[in-house]
Amino acid sequence: MYLIKEIKEIAPKIKKMVLDAPLLARKHKAGQFVMVINTEKGERIPLTIADKDPEKGEITLIFQEVGKSTIEMGLRKAGEYIFDVVGPLGKPTHIVNYGTVVCIGGGVGTAPLYPITKKMKETGNYIITILGARNKDLFILEKEMESVSDEFYQTTDDGTKGRHGLVTDELQALIDSGRKIDLVLAIGPAIMMKFVSLLTQKYNIPTMVSLNSIMVDGTGMCGACRVSVGGVTKFVCVDGPEFDGHKVNFDELLKRQAMYKDMEEEALKKFLEELKKQESCGGCHA
Amino acid sequence: MPDKKWIPQPKKPRTPIPEQKPEVRRRNFKEVALGYTVELAIEEAYRCLQCKNPLCVDGCPVGIDIPGFIRHIGEGRFEEAYYTLKKYNSLPAICGRVCPQEDQCEQLCIMGKKFKPVAIGRLERFAADWFMQSGKKEDFQIEPPTGKKVAIVGSGPAGLTCAGELAKKGHKVTIFEALHKPGGVLVYGIPEFRLPKKIVDIEVENLKKMGVEIKTSAIIGKLYTIDELLEEEGFDAVFIGTGAGLPYFMGIEGENLNGVYSANEFLTRVNLMRAYMFPEADTPVKIGKRVAVIGGGNTAMDAVRTALRLGAEEAYIIYRRSEAELPAREEEIHHAKEEGVQFKLLTNPVKIIGDENGWVKALQCIKMQLGEPDESGRRRPIPIEGSEFEFPVDTVIMAIGQGPNPLIQETQPDIEVKRWGIIKIDEQGRTSKKGVFAGGDIVTGGATVILAMGQGKRAAQAIDEYLKTGKWE
Repeated sequence: MYLIKEIKEIAPKIKKMVLDAPLLARKHKAGQFVMVINTEKGERIPLTIADKDPEKGEITLIFQEVGKSTIEMGLRKAGEYIFDVVGPLGKPTHIVNYGTVVCIGGGVGTAPLYPITKKMKETGNYIITILGARNKDLFILEKEMESVSDEFYQTTDDGTKGRHGLVTDELQALIDSGRKIDLVLAIGPAIMMKFVSLLTQKYNIPTMVSLNSIMVDGTGMCGACRVSVGGVTKFVCVDGPEFDGHKVNFDELLKRQAMYKDMEEEALKKFLEELKKQESCGGCHA
Repeated sequence: MPDKKWIPQPKKPRTPIPEQKPEVRRRNFKEVALGYTVELAIEEAYRCLQCKNPLCVDGCPVGIDIPGFIRHIGEGRFEEAYYTLKKYNSLPAICGRVCPQEDQCEQLCIMGKKFKPVAIGRLERFAADWFMQSGKKEDFQIEPPTGKKVAIVGSGPAGLTCAGELAKKGHKVTIFEALHKPGGVLVYGIPEFRLPKKIVDIEVENLKKMGVEIKTSAIIGKLYTIDELLEEEGFDAVFIGTGAGLPYFMGIEGENLNGVYSANEFLTRVNLMRAYMFPEADTPVKIGKRVAVIGGGNTAMDAVRTALRLGAEEAYIIYRRSEAELPAREEEIHHAKEEGVQFKLLTNPVKIIGDENGWVKALQCIKMQLGEPDESGRRRPIPIEGSEFEFPVDTVIMAIGQGPNPLIQETQPDIEVKRWGIIKIDEQGRTSKKGVFAGGDIVTGGATVILAMGQGKRAAQAIDEYLKTGKWE
């Protein structure tokens, strides 16, 4: 059981949750993730640790409310307990002084990007950050990311903040300006990572992506997270989560991510109906 | 001492065990075999000849006094029967259900020469179940504390056994389990209809009563390395029983299509995560109308029978050799057939065909014939050229075997491994690293529950010796 010390909405449908987890706070390395089980009957949800405070013994998780499990978790309150958290899992990011690193975060992908960027900066890299979102309200960790960046750019699909366009447009502009880029690190929706990788491949810029495939155990035991990398099947949970973006079969990843779409929708519908029933009843707890 | 003369009844037929009817059980997850009643158990016990030199004991990896416990049952001394079992085997309720007795004790039973062997496994299960249901408090007989600390990595059959043995000797034992529930393969792998989870829970509770601490969701190699356990966490010895958790795939085209599972994933979703309760439990599992399970071992049988219970209309075993070579237990094959599982033998998939959305549509298979025996002693399957055919399916489950989980070996290079990451041990269960022992599937690459338990037990003896003497030579 893990105590929720704080939980709040930091953007529409995006929640930040601080857990009391001293051991995980001490052991976690940038790039690693945890599996979170909200309730006893809950599924194992892979989430990246967005921040940690080893002194206070805290880890910060950021998640988007997309389905039953995450919405249910978002309804939890400070002082309550999360059923279980397992980790740290996956290989830590290989962080050295690459030179100039472009860190690209899409949507909630900024959460896992932040600790890596922070560490990249500490290691002496020149950090150019590009954050993308559909509109200005959907950005998270803007201040945090800006504080660890030498240059900071934002893009929105609707033009409400920063460049009107996609992260790849900003990246293209950077490349066109003749800047030397030693590494691109992209974390976000699979489709974003796919197009970032396609772009950088044209210019031979090494590119690292962090994959968010479906997982069950997260320890290499089931293979649910398998993905083709350079034609070889890899397990995201133990071989990743980071891979060479130029080698990842994103189309396969996208299809595999949608494997349970219909069942997820069914579970969500049922959950929302029950939630409504409970709310309309009202008064019982007063 | 026995209070009356034992008059064996060898001519009586082997007592059948009551079972759920196939047409009923194929759609539920309740246990298939219901177990002997007191009367049936006594009846079967009297079939035992009480040999002076019992051969059955030689076939038991943990050397249970088989005639002894059977005699107790025959005489109605069920509690004594239970404690006789426990002296050798810390998990009799589990072994009575999942041991391959037909290849071990029962294979050597002298009764089997002329008649059918005594149903040793069923009697073992009876004695254990009887004790569990009696509500009696178990007398654990624990020696005084030694002040020594042992870490057990993995809570499967090897780890649980090793923990129990060491706790009895008065050592302070902590089990580290990667998943959120203890039991290892007994919980994530073996389905409820073959081994009810309640039984594993009781055994785990017993260990806790013996003073064993169980830390779940604690992944060694990630949360702590073995070195950290020994140097920082104050453990005097470590036992690695991390099992064969790495699923193998065939390496054929289409294996990453949607609807293709490893047996590990499929069974974990259903057993550990309770996907059969979806959406009440959050983890989903996809089951199509036509399900093909590739492989012929016990895991394949578990997967195919689970698929039926989840509502598959047709469930197939696809196996490249013939029926005689099927590695699964006879009983499991028999049960699967009774439940309507269809066997496509001498057949091997060469490719999985998907539809435009990335979902499995069919298996491309090839017919096989058997050639000369290979290094495993089984006749080698050879593809028959030009015999390819398409077999429409919605779900494919790969049950072609598992390998050792590499997490520990990756972070602890001073533990020597053989090929495929199997940890090397000596005859006492010692690894190449001082104070570190191993047993179970992590050293065999994949075997049975009882073999893992046997190794857990043997390692416990060696650990006890090491803790007492400090000698590592």
